[in-house]
Amino acid sequence: MNTRPVALLLLMVGALAGCGGAPEDGRPAELLNVSYDPTREFYQEFNAAFATFWREKSGQEVSTRQSHGGAGAQARAVIDGLEGDVVTLALAYDIDAIASTGLIDAGWQKRLPHNSAPYTSTIVFLVRKGNPKGIKDWGDLLKADVAVITPNPKTSGGARWNYLAAWGYALHQPNGNEPRAREFVTKLLAKVPVLDSGARGSTNTFVQRGIGDVLLAWENEAYLAIDETNDAVEIVVPSVSILAEPPVTVVDEVVDKKGTRAVAEAYLQYLYSPEGQELVVKHHYRPRNAQVAAKYASSFADVELFTIDGVFGGWQTAQKTHFADGGIFDQIYKPTSGTR
Amino acid sequence: MTTTAAPGVSATRGHVIIPSKVRRLTEPSIVRFVLTGMALAFLMLFLAVPLTAVFVEALSRGLAAYVAAMAEPFTIAALRLTLITTAIAVPANLVFGLCAAWVIGKFQFRGRHVLTTLIDLPFAVSPVIAGLVFVLLFGRQGFFGPWLAEHGVRIIFAVPGIVLATVFVSLPFIAREVIPVMEASGAQEEEAARVLGAGGLQTFFRVTLPNIKWGVLYGVILCSARAIGEFGAVSVVSGHIRGLTNTLPLHVEILYNEYQFQAAFAVASILTCLALVTLVAKTIAERRLHT
Repeated sequence: MNTRPVALLLLMVGALAGCGGAPEDGRPAELLNVSYDPTREFYQEFNAAFATFWREKSGQEVSTRQSHGGAGAQARAVIDGLEGDVVTLALAYDIDAIASTGLIDAGWQKRLPHNSAPYTSTIVFLVRKGNPKGIKDWGDLLKADVAVITPNPKTSGGARWNYLAAWGYALHQPNGNEPRAREFVTKLLAKVPVLDSGARGSTNTFVQRGIGDVLLAWENEAYLAIDETNDAVEIVVPSVSILAEPPVTVVDEVVDKKGTRAVAEAYLQYLYSPEGQELVVKHHYRPRNAQVAAKYASSFADVELFTIDGVFGGWQTAQKTHFADGGIFDQIYKPTSGTR
Repeated sequence: MTTTAAPGVSATRGHVIIPSKVRRLTEPSIVRFVLTGMALAFLMLFLAVPLTAVFVEALSRGLAAYVAAMAEPFTIAALRLTLITTAIAVPANLVFGLCAAWVIGKFQFRGRHVLTTLIDLPFAVSPVIAGLVFVLLFGRQGFFGPWLAEHGVRIIFAVPGIVLATVFVSLPFIAREVIPVMEASGAQEEEAARVLGAGGLQTFFRVTLPNIKWGVLYGVILCSARAIGEFGAVSVVSGHIRGLTNTLPLHVEILYNEYQFQAAFAVASILTCLALVTLVAKTIAERRLHT
């Protein structure tokens, strides 16, 4: 009487564990793409397209699994042993961090065209329908009654792009210089009521919880928010912004161990193909392919874009100056001292 | 409940003949109404309304969308992983909890209090820290990382890590519930059984277990509830690979972040139902425990 439930339970464990196992010896390849927050929808569709492409090309079945989160946290997970065959993160610095542990070759950024960034994006503003606060450019963000939503640059790649875009704007102004840029960004951060840890969290804060008057967002994330909210929000494109280049690469140690290098490299190259680039556009990223870019030129606002290499001397320098512990962000950001 | 109600009723019916001593036992009816009302309003606000909201949002696009969200492969994979994890974590903690409770409840020995304190440790440690400890131990750069990598064993960002984290956070529940019952029943019955010639296992199944069974069941229920619902520790060691290492609570977060609110709440309603079942089972076990 007393032993029967235990036996039953053990049987259940066995049965459940049995159906949990995946076939390891079959021919199909399995990839894991470790990515950042706003690419979920894009890669979901891209993975299906790549599976078809690869089946036709090589006869092999391939299924790609996805893992998403803040870019910094995802890089950390790969360093700690999350076995991603490819990483597709928000900024080169995070991939550099993985490379510094020896998982990826140091020269990774030269392996694929365009600094290994098959698509680009930029930072735009998302405002409430009808733009009630009349926000047109970066300068308007400092208006007295405007609350700004942006994630935390310490944890979010998107937030670092936001921060650097604002800094670059201030530098681009007549008589712009470093102290003025610092002053502008300090005032801007004082208008942020809540720093979420990731880009998607900030979008939810702005769109779902209705906090703030303007969201600094990835262009693709902003378009997605418009689609999802049935136009309750609209995009404002500033006069100047930053060219965000989210890079991709294979994780050498993982693909060599799993024997997936060929398919993983084909996966990344397919991002640059016309089909891949069409999907890039469909999900509101800016394409690299010149023909695809020309075809959809009208889909993207014409905005003057500066690069991180041009203005900040690359990610390593920008990270060290602005976002490292004790860097400029730590010096100028004072939580909750703003708005009230 | 019945003892307090009786004088209240008779007091309202004919307070002229009730001596004033008895009337002072109950509060004026206004106070009782206000207090009960406040308690009910609080329960409505913090339990009933959110609970209803889960189901309203889950069914906001009709039953078909609700069923579709449930039948989605990633949801089923998440449900399966949650059940597998619970089915391993709860028996493991049951065995450990019984052993620990038996030792602590029936014997006096040096270090008994240290052991009791250690069992409570998972209560005190933040789940996120618990998860990070496993990353530090079994991560690629962790203590056992190189050895594990060499032998092709994956713990972190795979099912074993999720099970480990769940076992850790749900560890105290069974032991904590069984220890007081063991202590209360004392050692005499077991001693009598041994004197009458019963073996060790026989004594356990015939004498010890019947005395503590409702306490054990209560602990199992609490432990299962925690194992099913755990988020923080599991989130750290999961790696968030869809269809592989997402448990139900993690899957809810992912769906929510993907603007799939209806689907997120549909999956949340599974968790809510599991919680309600647990609650009913807990109430029954609790009644038996105290009779």
